[in-house]
Amino acid sequence: MRTVECDVAVVGAGPAGLAAAARAKRCGAGRVVLMDRDRELGGILNQCIHNGFGLQLLSQELTGPEYAEHFINEARDAGVETMLDTMVLEVTRSRQIVAVNRTEGLIQANAKAIILAMGARERNRGGVIIPGMRPAGVFTAGAAQRFVNMEGYMPGKRIVVLGSGDIGLIMARRLTWEGAKVEAVLEILPFPSGLTRNIVQCLNDQGIPLYLSHTVVDIHGEERVEGVTVARVDSDLRPIPGTEWDIECDTLLLSVGLIPENELTRDVGGELDPVTGGPVVTDEMETSTPGIFACGNVVHIHDLVDNVTREAWTAGEGAARLAARQQPGGETIRTRAGDGVRYVAPHLLHLDNLVARDVRLFMRATRPAERVQVEAVVGGKVVFSKFERVVRPAEMVVLTIPPGKVSPGKASPDHAGGGSHPELVVRITPRDRDTAVEGGRKA
Amino acid sequence: MQARRLAADVVIIGAGVVGTGVARELARYDVRVVLVEKRADVAFGTTKANTALVHAGYDAEPGTWKARLNVRGNSLYPKVCAELGVAYKNTGSLVVAFSEAQVLHLQELKAKGRINGVPGLEVIPRERVLTIEPDVNPDVVAALWAPSGGITSPWELAIAFAENAVANGVELLLSSPVIGMDVRGGRVSSVRCPGVVIDTGFVVNAAGIWADDIERMVGRDDFEITPRRGEYYLFDKRVGHLVSRPLFPVPSRSTKGIVVAPTVDGNLIAGPNALLVGDKGDLATTAAGLAEVIEGARRLVPGLPARESITNFAGLRAVAVPAGDFVIGASPGVPNFINAAGIQSPGLTAAPAIAEAVRDILADAGLELAEKPDFNPVRERPTRFAELCRDEQSALIEKNPLWGHIICRCENVTEAEVVEALHRAVPCTTLDGVKFRTRAGAGRCQGGFCGPRVVDIIHRELGVAPEQVTKKGGRSYILSGPSKDSLLEQTACRCLAHAIRDDGQADTEDVGTEDACRIEMREREGVGGHAHGGV
Repeated sequence: MRTVECDVAVVGAGPAGLAAAARAKRCGAGRVVLMDRDRELGGILNQCIHNGFGLQLLSQELTGPEYAEHFINEARDAGVETMLDTMVLEVTRSRQIVAVNRTEGLIQANAKAIILAMGARERNRGGVIIPGMRPAGVFTAGAAQRFVNMEGYMPGKRIVVLGSGDIGLIMARRLTWEGAKVEAVLEILPFPSGLTRNIVQCLNDQGIPLYLSHTVVDIHGEERVEGVTVARVDSDLRPIPGTEWDIECDTLLLSVGLIPENELTRDVGGELDPVTGGPVVTDEMETSTPGIFACGNVVHIHDLVDNVTREAWTAGEGAARLAARQQPGGETIRTRAGDGVRYVAPHLLHLDNLVARDVRLFMRATRPAERVQVEAVVGGKVVFSKFERVVRPAEMVVLTIPPGKVSPGKASPDHAGGGSHPELVVRITPRDRDTAVEGGRKA
Repeated sequence: MQARRLAADVVIIGAGVVGTGVARELARYDVRVVLVEKRADVAFGTTKANTALVHAGYDAEPGTWKARLNVRGNSLYPKVCAELGVAYKNTGSLVVAFSEAQVLHLQELKAKGRINGVPGLEVIPRERVLTIEPDVNPDVVAALWAPSGGITSPWELAIAFAENAVANGVELLLSSPVIGMDVRGGRVSSVRCPGVVIDTGFVVNAAGIWADDIERMVGRDDFEITPRRGEYYLFDKRVGHLVSRPLFPVPSRSTKGIVVAPTVDGNLIAGPNALLVGDKGDLATTAAGLAEVIEGARRLVPGLPARESITNFAGLRAVAVPAGDFVIGASPGVPNFINAAGIQSPGLTAAPAIAEAVRDILADAGLELAEKPDFNPVRERPTRFAELCRDEQSALIEKNPLWGHIICRCENVTEAEVVEALHRAVPCTTLDGVKFRTRAGAGRCQGGFCGPRVVDIIHRELGVAPEQVTKKGGRSYILSGPSKDSLLEQTACRCLAHAIRDDGQADTEDVGTEDACRIEMREREGVGGHAHGGV
């Protein structure tokens, strides 16, 4: 077995892995090796040929492959070594990787730091439990996207999309442009799961109907899909008897969520967040297994790639610091999702970092709301907050805490209001239920 | 077209685990055997959708075919699976009782099992149950321990039976539904499939849920198959550790109840419920049925997480009425037509014993069975990358780099395995066929990642156009065609001639024009122009 010694090994060359590897190298790490199981760098970006990537970070509207190219060039320029068509079979707590490819066979990489950037996979029919027959013609939206955009084949001609996730919306438009008829997009929730711009550009502009609070309750067809039965759902998301109707179609696309791809993370044995399904990470993007970092969709599902890149930079910096033995020490404070917040990442913040630099918190709202304050609370006191005109579960909320808002004194157990584990709670509250109760918040 | 004519001593109808088992048994002898199957592959009926259990044999009424063949089949499993390279684990099994009344029932099962000849049955107390199965419902009172129970892979067994049969001279005809049989002087003389007529001395009816329809083709109507649907959950390997052996509830009169069992591949399976359905094509799962399954499963293992479900499916048990037992033997009045029908549970367990029983019936009916000296009972287990140690993996990649290319990331299946599966003695041409042989697509992402790659390999290896590749034969195409095709169709119809027709002014247009437009469109596209129409 060939052995590779390196400072940093990165698993997965999608947007997260590319940015993390390049940043680690730029921050002084020695040998950085980036592995991916696909034949090209860029991961899922390669099949996302629509535009809208990079608006925040690069101030340009790029397609997926263009966004990937930017970061592929950065990684190459930085001197990152890449290994393609290479499947990682195993990651150990002692930071060894076993991988395999056609040309070199089995490879063992010994790294000072490992960055897990495997991304996510799509939730499929078994995951959402759609009753009915099991014919050909049921695809996850991403698999259909690969067929259309990379292999040059159509999954079908009359399409129903279940779920209003972004990939499903993009594919509804793509398939329409390719000449298919998209009969309907169904969303079980009373609000869309995808970005507003995708609802507008991919459905409204194409004349594709979106049915909120609807789901598929039956699939017809023995060999190939012949139709689906759909129904309205009640507030508990249960189909309402008597509201069913049939839609003839030959294809059902599923855009019903992404699942962080954490099989390797589980092998390593770190703590996982039950809400995100991803690892618990520090503000350095280090998991609870020392030296194992993670970033991107493997940690939690992002909607904008720009945020993935930002998170990956943090992971790259963290891994480089670890390789150089310059990690922050000292106390940490735990984050917790409070009212109106479904989850928050990262999960542990170094007090040293809170003093010294910006610390970015990613979170998702539990429900759509207008005119809210996004607040960080320590020991019952709001230490930082910002106003948001609209929050939606589909769109990540980012709260960047400037240096010095949380000082070591404030977060000590004495001031945290009991309990020996100081925590920073993030919450989303209506703006009008205001300052009197909370006190001390900045306007 | 003149039908091809074949001559056989025995035609076996149906290539499920029963038909392939009979074929492999007869392959030991110097007889000409043709195995016909209406689907595109073996094991595509009830064999692919059941609980995959090797039952001990305490359920069946003493004296029935079920009782005899279950216990005999169970005892044959270790040898058969060793010879054929099929996964089999002798895990033992437990029937779990939750009340004193149910414990009495366990005693009855134990007594029945003793009469049936089941070895080692024992009622064990709560503490012992919880020691060996810590995740079982703590309300357990006692359980019936059956050390001879086990688990296997039904489709692996049927594929291995078929491959070993073919290797020993059996002819297999896939995608060959029987459309008729000729009966002369009270005996079947030939079996007709599309494009082929097989003259034969004997027929074995192993047609599963269609066995009654097949029997009617020889003018008999001795039983009816009433399909009883069972629905299943399959769970991620992540929760495979929850149980170590099949757990049964105390059975009712008609079914053994909803079981929770490990699979030989490390997953967990739960099911089946039981619902009589009128339609032999009705393999649909239902919301109510799946809810019943998860509820039943949680009575046994309360910690079973529904979110770890990776797929659901339904199978149809071939229940023969009025028999209630397996229907095995010559059809009354047609002495060379042998039924192996009504093979519901414990049919999988009984399959190797059914093969022996059918062999004996054929011999009694006059089939001469001379052993072939060159019969090879061994079929090597196909090499699986994921089952090898690192050194073995390295050695394989050195010989053939395709062993280093992972196609299915959930089950770590390599390109070499997929290629090998496509070129074995029993043809494999479909995505499901590849899945059953290699496990590519059987994992937690259910083919989302490997699907496009497997389509591509089938295209390359078998010379099938991607849009002709199917999930499971017939018209189960994966793809509708190259992208832009339907666009070209639409665009073509927007040419001037059709625009006029759309306005209702030229509706005498002949059909030829549309095709002409399309061809013209393609030609123009070919030179890079989009002058025609406009989208």
